Amino acid sequence: MTTTPNTPSAPSAPSDATVARANSSSAASTSEQATPNVVPRATRIGAWQARLLGKRVLRGLVSELEKRTGIAIPKPGPKPAVTRPVPSASFDGRALRWRLVDNAAGKHLEVELHRLPCNEIGTTALEELELLATFLHAGAGGARAMVLWSSSPKGFCAGADLRELYTALMSRYETEGRSTRTKLAVAHEVRGFVDRIHAAFDTIDMAPITTVGAIHGFCFGGGFELALTCDVLVADKSARFAFPELRLGLVPGFGGIPRLKRDLGNAVVRDVLFTGRSIGAARAYEVGLVSQVVPRGNALEVARKVAEQACRFDAQTTARAKAFTKPLPREELAREKDLFVDMIGSPVVEAALRKFVESTSVRPYLP
Amino acid sequence: MTRDQLTKKLIELAGKRFERDTSELAAADDFFEKLGIDSFQAMELMTDLEEEFDIEIPDYELQGVNTFEKLAVVIEARI
Repeated sequence: MTTTPNTPSAPSAPSDATVARANSSSAASTSEQATPNVVPRATRIGAWQARLLGKRVLRGLVSELEKRTGIAIPKPGPKPAVTRPVPSASFDGRALRWRLVDNAAGKHLEVELHRLPCNEIGTTALEELELLATFLHAGAGGARAMVLWSSSPKGFCAGADLRELYTALMSRYETEGRSTRTKLAVAHEVRGFVDRIHAAFDTIDMAPITTVGAIHGFCFGGGFELALTCDVLVADKSARFAFPELRLGLVPGFGGIPRLKRDLGNAVVRDVLFTGRSIGAARAYEVGLVSQVVPRGNALEVARKVAEQACRFDAQTTARAKAFTKPLPREELAREKDLFVDMIGSPVVEAALRKFVESTSVRPYLP
Repeated sequence: MTRDQLTKKLIELAGKRFERDTSELAAADDFFEKLGIDSFQAMELMTDLEEEFDIEIPDYELQGVNTFEKLAVVIEARI
């Protein structure tokens, strides 16, 4: 199991302590009864049942075995804390690489997305984004700004790895069938993935340094959501932004709607979400999504200049100004996660995923 | 600009973007087939057209549009 950065400001992925609490039926029941309105009922029961089902069955088996054999089976002790060293100042992974760069005003962090074809976010990217979040939380090696860019010729990021998701779902259904129990387990696993990605994105969003996204080409779905964690976006003329999730029977699940709403307002959210259309760099500039539009191929160079400028300001002042101007929309992020997980088991989603994976259309992101 | 002129302009732009001789391209050609373009290249062409004509073209209006003639109709409505 990988650890997730556990910052005071970011909702964290389920920790061992959380799991332990959930595994105790009495504690979980008490907690559920005590806070009935915190989470929508459908989702609460989904996660709750999935956790308890396995534990209860196991406890029953252990108890039966003890009765029949007369041997007391020792209870498992507390799990050892999973610790992960803070990543170093340079990192070269399968989806991300980063390095600290000295500029004329200080030091900034450059993070490159490099997984072909277009930085689809699956388990590999998630693990490395978590490492990045851990590094940022630990001070980012003294960097005062960050530039996030992609070396994929196709664009910044085309979104979630839908092929990985579809393959995992189908494999699960083929081996275990489509019982309610399987669907609950799938929902639980998706919830875990979404919790982790939210924790990583929230940490990037709230990093107390100036973060600059350099965007070109595809910036779709989860990629758009990743871009929205940045403070400032520089786009070249090839950039296109879209939330095509409705064609999958879903809403964006990586925090995109609350962040876009926070930054631009609900009208823009409705436009891109309800039509699934992509907007170009010029339109993105008009609505205030990107701060600068530059010629093709120049986004990284300009983003570096923005980062250098950001390094000239006092670090504490920048951190306080950011905390003031960019609050995390926690409640909406939590509701978005619930909605996404609630939708994922729908037959509409399965059919749409299949259509997407098998599609040869030049616009597979449209229905 | 007449529709014929617009169609000719689209052929010129596509030829330039995909480095093809415009004499090889005709108004009724299926440009996906003729140019062999993928989703990324289709998006690039759309961005070029938006920039050239200073318009916005919602992706869904291009669903099913596969010839320069049909593309001209969509763009004409937005100029």
